[in-house]
Amino acid sequence: MVIISFAIIRIRRLFAVVILTGIFSLLAAVLYVVLAAVVSTLLMLATLSLTANVEKAHKGWKPIPLLIVIVTGGLLIWGTLDMPLYGDPEAPANKHVAPRYINDSMGEVGMPNIVTSVLASYRSFDTLGEVVVIFTAGIGVLILLGRGHNRWRPGQSSRVAPIRREEDV
Amino acid sequence: MSRHSILRVVAKFMIPYILLFGLYVQFHGDFGPGGGFQAGVIFAAAFILYALVYGVETARKVFPSWATRLLLAGGVLLYAGTGVAGILLGGNYLDYNVLASTPLAGQHYGIILVEFGVGMTVCATMVTVFFVFAGQDH
Repeated sequence: MVIISFAIIRIRRLFAVVILTGIFSLLAAVLYVVLAAVVSTLLMLATLSLTANVEKAHKGWKPIPLLIVIVTGGLLIWGTLDMPLYGDPEAPANKHVAPRYINDSMGEVGMPNIVTSVLASYRSFDTLGEVVVIFTAGIGVLILLGRGHNRWRPGQSSRVAPIRREEDV
Repeated sequence: MSRHSILRVVAKFMIPYILLFGLYVQFHGDFGPGGGFQAGVIFAAAFILYALVYGVETARKVFPSWATRLLLAGGVLLYAGTGVAGILLGGNYLDYNVLASTPLAGQHYGIILVEFGVGMTVCATMVTVFFVFAGQDH
């Protein structure tokens, strides 16, 4: 992953960079068992088909960004020093509500999958908020990029700068 | 991509199984790994694959914009409506215990409804974002 990160920085061709980013997120998903959104690679490719595919060359190197990165990285590493070990059963996060979920969720919710009962039942409000966030994201994309007709101003597309009018997207 | 016949045939062959797997992840989420978020993305992936191989315009005929918008809003409404149903039946908001005769059955119904709402919204969002991005002019 470190090698890929350096390659992403060095390579000027954006197509290769996008593919490398996809490999990076896939590797992260495999290593840390996280469900990284690999769909983003697809979106990057779609964007790339609209824009140029070579990064603009920039010359000279600026010391201040490097300094900020080093300081932020150092702070983050310093912050992890007194964190409990990954998966430590004595960690405060595992002492609070997790025993209740593990011991009582079968009697209270009755789902063999504790993750589902926590997500959809114990933390239902949280999940409702997440769904609303996703809904807002979809609506936002529709508003910004969608080309439906503007119902309130007939004859005018809802886009800010109409290129050509079409049916709706 | 009208010339890549291998790609077209393989994609056509795989799409039903992707959809079926998405439904399995959706409705088996209470017994195994899965749930609405994952199922929505898998279900949307089938449509995105179709759009990649056959073009966004063709995919729009399969999944028109009124359908994506209906699913987009319907998922959130289904989720919130499950909560309101809890109030109407005498419980708190998003209290599933009162949805059926026994609390455990009520929890089961509530979770299935809520997860289905999540799946609808996630699927519609993914499809919308891809179609809108990929359907831009060059």
